Order: sequence, then C-alpha cells, then structure tokens
Amino acid sequence: MAQIFHPSTNTISRLSIFGALFLVIGLLWILAAIDRSSYVTEAGVVREQPVPFSHQHHVGGLGIDCRYCHTSVEESSFAGIPATEICMNCHSQIWAASDMLKPVRDSFKTGEPLRWQRVHNLPDFVYFDHSIHVHKGVGCATCHGPVDRMPLMWQAESLQMEWCLGCHRNPAPALRPREFITSMDWRPPAGQEAALARRLAEEYEISSPEVLTSCSTCHR
Amino acid sequence: MAEERKKCGEGFWRSLEESQSDRPRPDEESVSSDAFPHGPGDVSRRHFLRFMGASLALAGLGGCDRPPAETIVPYVRQPEEIVPGKPLFFATAISIAGLATGLLVETHMGRPTKIEGNPSHPASLGATDALAQASVLGLYDPDRSQVLTYLGRIRPWSQFVAAMQELRKELRQNKGKGLRILTGTIGSPSLGHQINQLLKEFPGARWHQWEPAGRHHTRAGARLAFGAYVETQYRLEKAEIVVALDGTLLSCAPGYLRYAREFARRRAPSPGAEGTSRFYAVECTPSSTGATADHRLALSTNETIAFVQALAVRLGIDLPRTPSLPPPQAHWLEALARDLEAHRGSSVVLASEHQPPLVHALAHAINRSLGNVNQTVAYTDPIEVNPTDEIASLKELAADIDAGAVDTLIILEGNPAYTAPADLGFRDRLAKIRLRIHLSLYNDETSALCHWHVPAAHYLESWSDGRAFDGTASIAQPVIAPLYGGKTAHELLATLSDRAERSAYDVVRAYWRERRGGSEAEFERFWRKSLHDGVIEGTAFAPKAVSLNLSAIAAAASPLPSSGSGTQSNVPRSADSQSVELVFRPDPSVLDGSFANNAWLQELPKPLSKLTWDNAALVSPATAERLGLGTRQGFTGGAVYTELVEIRFQGRAVRAPAWILPGQPDGTITVHLGYGRTRAGRVGTGTGFDGYALRTTAAIWSGSGAEVRKLGGRYALATTQTHHNIHGRDLVRTVPLAQDRETQANARPEKHNAASHPSLYPEFAYPGYAWGMAIDLARCIGCNACVIACQAENNIPTVGKDQVLRSREMHWLRIDSYFKGPPNNPETVYQPVPCMHCEMAPCEVVCPVTATAHSAEGLNDMVYNRCVGTRYCSNNCPYKVRRFNFFQFSDWNTPSLKSMRNPDVTVRSRGVMEKCTYCVQRINRAKIEAEKDGRRIRDGEILTACQQACPAEAIVFGDINDAESTVSKLKADARNYALLEELNTRPRTTYLAAVRNPNPAMDKA
Repeated sequence: MAQIFHPSTNTISRLSIFGALFLVIGLLWILAAIDRSSYVTEAGVVREQPVPFSHQHHVGGLGIDCRYCHTSVEESSFAGIPATEICMNCHSQIWAASDMLKPVRDSFKTGEPLRWQRVHNLPDFVYFDHSIHVHKGVGCATCHGPVDRMPLMWQAESLQMEWCLGCHRNPAPALRPREFITSMDWRPPAGQEAALARRLAEEYEISSPEVLTSCSTCHR
Repeated sequence: MAEERKKCGEGFWRSLEESQSDRPRPDEESVSSDAFPHGPGDVSRRHFLRFMGASLALAGLGGCDRPPAETIVPYVRQPEEIVPGKPLFFATAISIAGLATGLLVETHMGRPTKIEGNPSHPASLGATDALAQASVLGLYDPDRSQVLTYLGRIRPWSQFVAAMQELRKELRQNKGKGLRILTGTIGSPSLGHQINQLLKEFPGARWHQWEPAGRHHTRAGARLAFGAYVETQYRLEKAEIVVALDGTLLSCAPGYLRYAREFARRRAPSPGAEGTSRFYAVECTPSSTGATADHRLALSTNETIAFVQALAVRLGIDLPRTPSLPPPQAHWLEALARDLEAHRGSSVVLASEHQPPLVHALAHAINRSLGNVNQTVAYTDPIEVNPTDEIASLKELAADIDAGAVDTLIILEGNPAYTAPADLGFRDRLAKIRLRIHLSLYNDETSALCHWHVPAAHYLESWSDGRAFDGTASIAQPVIAPLYGGKTAHELLATLSDRAERSAYDVVRAYWRERRGGSEAEFERFWRKSLHDGVIEGTAFAPKAVSLNLSAIAAAASPLPSSGSGTQSNVPRSADSQSVELVFRPDPSVLDGSFANNAWLQELPKPLSKLTWDNAALVSPATAERLGLGTRQGFTGGAVYTELVEIRFQGRAVRAPAWILPGQPDGTITVHLGYGRTRAGRVGTGTGFDGYALRTTAAIWSGSGAEVRKLGGRYALATTQTHHNIHGRDLVRTVPLAQDRETQANARPEKHNAASHPSLYPEFAYPGYAWGMAIDLARCIGCNACVIACQAENNIPTVGKDQVLRSREMHWLRIDSYFKGPPNNPETVYQPVPCMHCEMAPCEVVCPVTATAHSAEGLNDMVYNRCVGTRYCSNNCPYKVRRFNFFQFSDWNTPSLKSMRNPDVTVRSRGVMEKCTYCVQRINRAKIEAEKDGRRIRDGEILTACQQACPAEAIVFGDINDAESTVSKLKADARNYALLEELNTRPRTTYLAAVRNPNPAMDKA
C-alpha cells in the first residue's frame, strides 16, 4: 500500500504541535494586551463635557489649587465635583458673557444641575476613599496624572486592580510630603528618593502591605 | 473541665422530631435522599458534555461589555452640611400604637438608608426593635398608595381641600353633628390638641380611638385598681425578683427596649456588678419573655387568673378565697411567694397587656403589698392624649352608625375594616355612612370602602411629635420629602379648619410655641435643641401617688374566673378534647397587620417557631396528640407540612395550619393577628389566615369555648427552625448561677490555649487589630432586632416563601432557638449565629478562585466579584453561615428600592456567595477616621449593625489584641466558649453560656 502522507508531514506535524503552543501563548498575550489597552481601560480617552472645562488653564495657567473645587477630598471618600455656585464665584465677573459658559449660567439661573461625563469610574464593588490617600501623602498627580497639562480631562492610569496593588504592595515610593499634595510638579529631591520614601512611610504610619492588600481594604 | 462544660450543653434540641428520636436526624440515608429529592435525573453523558461545552463557550462573553458611561450631577448650590460620601444622622421618632421611640436616621445625600436608636432617648438608649429597623423599607415600598382618589378616580389635593371646605361650611351650620373621627391611640400632643380644637369648634362631633394591638386591658386594669387611667413604669435594674404574667415585657410593652437593657444587665453575672436577678414567667403562649425566664409556668388565661388570685391571697391581700390549685401549681406558687416575701421592695410583678384587667389590678395590689411602689414600680399620668376604653369607643361608633347618627367618618390611619372585632361587622356598617374619608399609607381594605382615599406620609416624611413610655416628648422631623405626595394627619385635619393649607410643620411648631411661651429667639433655640437631641428636655412625667381601690378588685375577683371572655367556669381542660381556649396575639413580625407588606418582616423568622411568611394556629404537643395532628418535614429542608384545622369560635370559623409549639399550655390555641390581608400589597396580600375573623369585642386577647376540628388537607409552612440541624452537637450551653460562680473562681487560663493545637492550615500573624465578637447568651432575648438591622445595613435581599421552603433564606445573622427538657414546658435558649470569622477557616482553603480570603486583621473576607459560585466554601463551613444567591434575589429594577440601599455595601448578584462581614464597611470607616486623627480605634468606636440595634447589649465587638477592650474581657470570662471548638477552627465569634438562676426551693418536676 502506498504511503498516504509525504515524509515531510512528520516535520509539519511536529511544527504545528510546537506552533500551537506558541499560538496559544500568543493568543493569551494578545488577550492580556487587549485587557490592558486603553480600548478597555479607557485611559487617555478624552471625554466630551457639557462645558469644555480646561484643567490646563485653571490649574496650570491660573494656579488654582485642586481643593478650591474638589472641596471634600480631604474629609470624604468622594473628592467632590464643584457645585455650579463655585464656578460662578469667578464667572459672574470674568468671562461673564462668554458663550462657552452659557450652560453654567443657565444652570445657576434655573437650578438645573450640570451633567458632567464621569472620567474616573471605578466598579461598584470597589470602595476607594480619597481622604485617607491624601492624608497619607499620596499626591493628586500620582493617580490623576499631569492634570495641569490636560485641556480636557482624561484618565491617566488604567485604574485596574493590578495598578492599585502596585502601590498597595509597596506604598513608600508613591508618597510625598503632605504640603505638596496638590502640587503638579513636585519631584523628590534627586538622590534622596529612597530615604524620603522611608521617612514618609514611617512618619505617616503607612499600614503594612498585608493590611493594604487585604481584600476588605477595598472590597466590601 | 471540658467534660463539665460538655454537660452544660447536653440535652438541647431544636425540633420536636429531634427531641423524640435517639439518633440524630436525619440519618445518612435520608441525607442522601434529601439532597436529590427527585432522583439524579436523566442527563446522559452526551447531554452533559453538550451543556458544558455551551457553558464554556459562553462563559467569557459576560466580560465583553465595557462599563456603562456615567454622569456626575453636582449641586447647583451645595447645602452647607452635606459632604458627598459622608452620611448625616438626624434625630426623629417613630410612634407605634401611640408610643414614641427616639431614633437616629442615617441619610446619604438626603436618602434615609438606616435606622438607629437614639442613645439620649429614654425609650431607646441607642437600641431599636425589628419594626423600627424595617420601617425604612416601608418608606420606599413601591406598593404604597401614590395617589389621592375619590370613588377610585385620581383627584388633586386641591380638590380634596375644596371638598373639605364645603364640608366645613355644612359642619358649621349643624355644629358638627354627624362628624366622627376614628384614629388609633393618639400619643402625639400636637395632633391630640388639633383634634380637641376641632371638637371644640364642632361640639356635635365625636372622637373614637381604636388600636387593634393597643393597651386595652392595661388601661382597664389601671382603672379597676385606681379608678383612673394611670401609666405604670418599672425599674428593673432595682428588681431582684421579676415575675412576668404573660410575655410582652421584652417584646412589645411600652419602653421594652429600656426594660430589656435593665433586665439584661441584671442577668449576666459580671464581676463587680449587682447580683443576678431571678425571673419567673407565667404564660398563655410561649414568648421571648418566657424563654429567658428561670422558671416558666404555662397556663391558660383562666388558669392564670386563678393563679394570680391565689398568689395575692397567699401574700396577704384581702380577697375572696379561691379554689385550690392543682399540686404542681400550688408548689410553684409557694416557692414564688416565699421568694417574693424575701424580697419586699426589690421585686416586681408585671402583668402584660394580654392578661385580663383583673390580673392587672391584682398585680398592682401585689406590688403595693410587697412595698414595691416607688421602688421598682412607679405610677405616672397617662401618656396618651385622651385615654379611652377603645373597645367601648368602637362599639359606640358602631351603635351610632346603626342609629343613623354618623354622616361623615374621617379615619386617620389604621385599617378598621380589617382590624375591627368581627362581631361589630364593621365592613357592612361602614357602607351606611354618607361620607367616608380614609388617610392611609396603603390603599387597603378600608380605603376600598371609603369615598376619599388620601395617601399618608410615612413617619420619615412627616412632622409630628410623640411621647415615650415615661412621658418624654420628642419632635419627629422628616428626613426626606414625601416620595408619593403623602399627607400627614395634621394636614388632613387642617383642611377642616379655617386655615386649610396649614402644613404639619406649622401645626407642630405652633403647638410647642404656645406651650413654651417666652421670646421668639428663646423658642428658636429650644426648637433647634429639641430637634437635634431628639428629646424635649424636662417633659418626662413625675411619679405620682395613687390610691388602690382594693374593694373594687375584690368585687371583680369574686366570680372567678371573670375574664369577661367566656362563661365556662374554671379550667377549660375538659374531657371534650376539641373545646379549647382561643388566645389572640399581635404577630411578633407584622404586629397588627400594618407591617404586612414589609418583606423583611414577613421573612423574619418569628421567635421560637421560626415561621416565615405565614401565621399558624399554635397548639401544645399534648393538644396536637388529642386532635391527631402531626407535622411532616418536607424534602427541601425548610418545608414543614402541617395539618389544617378549623377553628370555630362564637359562630365564626377560619381554617388554619396547626403548628405544634413546645411550651404552649395544653387546652389553648394561639392565633397571631395581622395575616390574611386582602389588600396589603404585592408582598402581604394572601399570606397566612385572618385571625381578626374570630376576634370579638368580648374576647380581645382570649376567649374560652373555641372548637377545633382537624380538616383533611395539609399546608406547607416555611420555617427556618429545621435548617442547619445540630445533630446532637454541643452548640449551646447553659450554666446554673451557682456553678458559674464556682467556675469563675476556678477559671484557668489553659482553655484559651486552643492556638497550641497543630493545624494544617496556614498560620497568620495579627500585629495590628484583631477583630472579634462575644455574644452573651444570658442576655439575648431573641427579639430579632439584630437580624433586621443586619439586613438593612448590608443590603440583604429577601427570597420569598418558595425559596425559604428550600432553605435559601439570605439572612447573614440567624437566631437559633434551642429547647431542653419536656416538650410541654421546655427550657429555651436563643443563639444568634453570624459568621464565626475563624482564624483557621475551612471555607478559605477550598475556594478555587480565592474569593474568600483571610484579612490581616483576621476577618474572613468575601470578595463578590471573584466568586464563581462553586459553593465549596458553604459546604465546608461547619457553622452554616454562608448564603448563596441561587437567583437574582436583589431587586435591581424597582427605582425606589435603589435609593434605600446602603451605598457602602455591594449589592450582590445571582450566583454569588455572601455572609456576615463583621460590618467591614463600619470597620473601614472607623479605621480611616482614626488614621486621619493619628490614633488607634477606641474600644466601642465600631458598633456592628447587630450590636448597635441590640437592646440587651448581648453582642459585643472589638479588638481582641487589646486586653482592655470589653470584648477581650468577655472572652476571658469563664462562661466563654467557642462553637465546635474541637474542630480547631479558632472562631473569632465566641459565646458566653446562658446563666440560669433557679430558685433552689422550686422542684425541678
């Protein structure tokens, strides 16, 4: 009986078995890459807002402190989105006739609130608390990125659990002195990074990684 | 010592089947047949692979959607006090049957989500009951009436006001002739004042009161004893001997939350504290009160009258002689009487509402003769605005309707068409009235028979006021604007006045303005302080001297028994096994039926019987045997098939499932009111049977001569009592006080060395906090407040009767009741069981996806988003505290319910395991606040929801790494033990054995 398969079939089948391994690994790698891509995490995606509010202008240009608008960041889990009234503190005087600000003025007149598109959206089973992070010396820019260079707001980091755990496993490098919490351009003094991180972690009584990575620290 | 401890827990059982069989039930065979009641089914290998393949292929698709885009809607002008993300607490008060209890209401951005007790309110002291806890669900109930109707058609409020102003013109002409107002018992001073003003303007009008579960006999008893309505208060902290005649003391008596606390403090022996009190109970039906007693006597109402009369005579009160008691009772009485005589001035005899007026009067006489007045008993003016004989008041209304004297009837809340005694035929009589107006939370049985139906505002939406059991007044403030446009009784009555659009706020404020006098600024300070504190300072009534009319009592006592509830003489335990005494009680969960549409309360296992979603006719084991009644446990665990009986009383009959309850007196049958509603709402309609159909004006709480007949059918009752059978294990322990003193003295530290046992499980170090809980069984009164508090705090869904029948209830905290001794009068112990948070947790090691993990502080964390629903953890949990969402139990669709949920706790979905978290959201909140202040969490700073609600302080939570914390001290007590210690799970939740303080003179027989 004649051979059905050519001798090269041996090589092909060995290759395909070997190749399948790579294929599976490759597929998994692609899936993992997709999962971390901005397509899924929506990091770096600029959102349309009812008013094209520019953090670049207000923070970078005018130097307004974060806490002027995000009033509850130091005392509550939620940093707070400014009430229309806070906008109008200035904009009843400055740019009072600007077309761009018409929705703000309308809101103030009618009592109908502005509806902002949420940029940083954690899943409902995650309970993040701004106040404790700010208190422990995690700066705004550490998670929210260079807000002073964002004309429209985008999410700077993936906000995935992997990213949270990065700090919770080793919080010291993310710390800065409390007086620079809202600073956008603070950098640790060159060469003293490690020493400062150690000192701050001790001074601010940062909990152990075991406590910080316990499930119930963030999930309830 | 271990042996000795073992003995403390011997002989307990949970169901009658278990008590009667030697081998623990169910045996191996029945376990396997219970697991697959319908057989393994006919799934072939091919089918199985096909299903699994499809499941695998589709499994990933769930993760393919991106999170939905959300909007953030900030304020336009932010209110000063509101910080988004932080709750605010407001003081208010709930009034049930004219009695106010002070509350603190947790609100998130204006939405009330949780009720707590107000620590500065005398009737609460920080505790709450199940009804108050569940009332937040009542607020958001989508079945509440949402529109004002006239003859069933929707009408605007303005049209109603116009109609009332028309009526007013008419009433002014005829001086109010024909106007009748029907209310419940009114304790609100301002509402009472408003009604009295109206009566002054329209002298022809009359005010009737009817509270179905009101204090009819208490009032009548006081009137018999003192010739006037008098309020009785007790000082249980001073009482060495407490005698409860029937059990409302720890379940619904006025001020019972406070009494439960005072009582519990004297029950748990603690070093340095005052001695342990001794508690006797005489009961017509088992209750939480009797379950905590050292000595309990089960007697029918008529037997109780004879007993109390004999006790009074024995204690030297000049009364007609009584027929001699049967020997066991006489022996009991003698021992009790000696104990009472030995504790003159430090004992107290309490008659509960459900006892006939004569028993109340006799209790007053006994207290006086023992010198207890002004020691453990105090009398004050009545707290009600207009104390009335409400039964007579309702009868008078019925007679007036017949005489054609009633043109207009305004019913301010309450549901008389459903709750009025059956002999009044109120439904038919109602139809004879020309104009009928009903203010009500629900469009209920009465609304259907009225012309106008006005939706009522919930108490959390209303301005009002009320008085607590000691007279302390509180202003009830709303915490949310009416969700469904409801109106308060104040506003409805205002429409009949010359200021028709007056708001409830104006009425209440004007009343107190008038009472206080002084300048406007002074009043404003007073008003703000009263609202903030939740109590109005200095409004408690002072004790007053009363004179006892002994001859009136003696006159009432002579024709014995004179319960006014039947003609049959002496004990109804006759040869005719079918004639029984019928006992009515408000339901422990839904009260008089006004809470019938509350799913939390419907699914709340009732104390002792652990029934949910139904009421039943409760009979004693002996009576059941005589009637040939039995129960059969169903395949599905929760179902108990009971037999239907017909109860016939004074010509009316109902069909009811019979439930055999250990401790029920022979020859009695207890019917809980509040079920059998026909227009309660989607939850309450059609549950149980209507006990009101048998209740008559002559037999308000009990009546002799009811006929019980076995019917053919069977009825499935959903009870949680049979879930999680103990299989004869040593789970609950009691120690007699004497032995406890001994063990206290001999307490050795080695029993805490459980940690030295080797284990294959990973060891954890707890350098920071280590959370633990101690539950004192000596204090627990089984009131269920903790169960509902847990449900409200942790967004726990209800599952419905069908699922409870399958043992799928979701309560994170259950209260097991254990019995010991003879089924006709057993000893009872309650045991609340939350998650044990084991240090060596069997659930953790079996989870394939690490959805349950150990925290650094010893919490047994449950991560819902990881859980894939294998249920291995639940199978491996020896304490059976894990609950699985077999279906989508949480309601994600009803808009109003979304507002109710605690925003700090995840709302779980189908296919996810859940369990007690020790209220980790509260731990985290406290931890964050403490760390911001740079300090450690103080002892007592974290209260778990169950602990906060508990009136008896039975649950204590804290840091066991801190040797000075209360919980550490309790765990060092000799009474402390762990459940299933031998498994070496090292549970963080431990128990303190119940303590009994029996009278040595009392024979055990």
